[in-house]
Amino acid sequence: MTATATSPAPSKPATPDWAALRADFPILNEVVNGNPLIYFDNGATSQKPKQVLAAIQNYYEHENANVHRGIHELSNRATEAYENARQRTAQFLNARDKSEIIFTRGTTEGINLVAATWALDHLKPGATILISELEHHSNLVPWQMVAKRTGAKLAYIPVTGDEGTLDLNRLDRMAADGVKILSITHISNSMGVVNPVAEICSKARAQGVVTVIDAAQSAGHLPIDVQAIGCDFLAFSSHKICGPTGMGVLYGRKEVLKDLSPYQGGGEMISKVEYFNTVYNVPPHRFEAGTPHIAGAVGLHAALDYLDAIGRDRIFAHDQELAEYAAAKLSEFKGIRIFGPKQGRAGLVSFVFSNAHALDIATMVDQKGVALRAGHHCNQPLMAKLGVPATLRASFYFYNTKAEVDRFIEILHKVQKLFL
Amino acid sequence: MSITIEELVENFELLGDWEERYGYLIELGKKLPGLPEAEKTEANRVHGCQAMVWMKMMPSTTKPGAFIILADSDAFIVRGLIAVLQLIFNDRTPEEILKADAKAHLLKLGLDRHLSPTRKNGLFAMVERIKVLAQEKLVAAN
Ligand SMILES: Cc1ncc(COP(=O)(O)O)c(C=O)c1O
Repeated sequence: MTATATSPAPSKPATPDWAALRADFPILNEVVNGNPLIYFDNGATSQKPKQVLAAIQNYYEHENANVHRGIHELSNRATEAYENARQRTAQFLNARDKSEIIFTRGTTEGINLVAATWALDHLKPGATILISELEHHSNLVPWQMVAKRTGAKLAYIPVTGDEGTLDLNRLDRMAADGVKILSITHISNSMGVVNPVAEICSKARAQGVVTVIDAAQSAGHLPIDVQAIGCDFLAFSSHKICGPTGMGVLYGRKEVLKDLSPYQGGGEMISKVEYFNTVYNVPPHRFEAGTPHIAGAVGLHAALDYLDAIGRDRIFAHDQELAEYAAAKLSEFKGIRIFGPKQGRAGLVSFVFSNAHALDIATMVDQKGVALRAGHHCNQPLMAKLGVPATLRASFYFYNTKAEVDRFIEILHKVQKLFL
Repeated sequence: MSITIEELVENFELLGDWEERYGYLIELGKKLPGLPEAEKTEANRVHGCQAMVWMKMMPSTTKPGAFIILADSDAFIVRGLIAVLQLIFNDRTPEEILKADAKAHLLKLGLDRHLSPTRKNGLFAMVERIKVLAQEKLVAAN
């Protein structure tokens, strides 16, 4: 499957000058252990362009105040900046209404919010929560917690082998299995599989199952249209898509948000408070207690503008090409095991060597300036199932180049010799 | 290994950069005898390291009343670090082990500064386990 399955007809900008885009990222000029930085840990977090840094700086220099409260000019500016970011995010996801956009701390908080509100409101003993064996801990542990609290059962869509694809047959008998909610990742952070989320959500909807999409690895990497996907919730993190940390988005379909219980209590989420009773605010404010990350929203807004100026379909094609190129080069190594689909992988590749631990390799390539992820990638049960203690992961973004992949492969050849 | 910790510190200083030092640790790691599979048990597991580590303490065959550390890991650099810890702690009595200032030695190697925080935690988790094992030997002896 490719990016187009879930995308609206994207407007086609002129082919981006990828090399020129690199100049927007000051950090890419860093020297690490005496070598030019090769940043291949974008799956963990992305770097930030000057435009995003400038937007945050500008916000603090000219607009900073608290939102939704003041009568004064600066508060109006801050509120406008914050609400504009919400509008922009709705557009980014093709949501029908900006009230469907809840600002959070990140993907993790978005999923926990759904677990603490929708799931606690609706799950009864005997109900089933369905997730997949691919899930990141942040789309797994919250469901374990909620299952314990409600008496619901947790069930898994199985992964089939090293390619990391899911056995979707399980989806045809969700209603019979008592599945009430399905939470699944769009792109697997360790396998690079792109799940057919529109197809999955359509099956779920037909069986009355509420759907949650973990878009941590897909938002900002391919076009996302929540209406075309047909999900009830979708969560992502700003920091993985050129925006600041501590900022995230939870999309919730307005029909589902309408009657949902609040998440945390505090300011902003109320419309009337008495000593023994509170009338809650309408969505999305009902789910945003306390002073939000206003500068984060401003930075996210700038990031979304930046990505759309390039074109998310182009970003996906670029990253996929690099990942497939890297996977092909890696397959020439002796004793290597490469994970992920043979065709149509997202912009990352995970692998292990039979003769050296992932940590050893990551430490040695770091001496040459290459930033790789080594470990369980917050996928401990999946790693256990695959029988590997840890893997290495190179994850790409649009500012990475083929020349960097070539240099990385050259370094890896040298490093691997140390372990013979 | 037939060198002392002081000689190791000298060797380390001669190696120009950390790439070479890590290379040296990897070589030490390759030579580490390790543990037989049957000893890689949960009871011997040292938690707090990113890699798998197993460790036990046995009586020294050369020095009465003293002990040696036997340990293993699935990562070579960690095995190298185990070899370094053996230079600091092997053939010592439990009292000596408990008194030994491992951090001072690791400081001389520059490991405290260069290792990543998670790796440092792993290293100190191993030191901690050595002290716990020495304490157990001390209690058992008295
Ligand atoms: C697939 C997936 N889900 C969730 C997360 C959690 O994101 P965050 O830590 O930004 O909340 C990540 C981040 O690593 C991820 O890759």
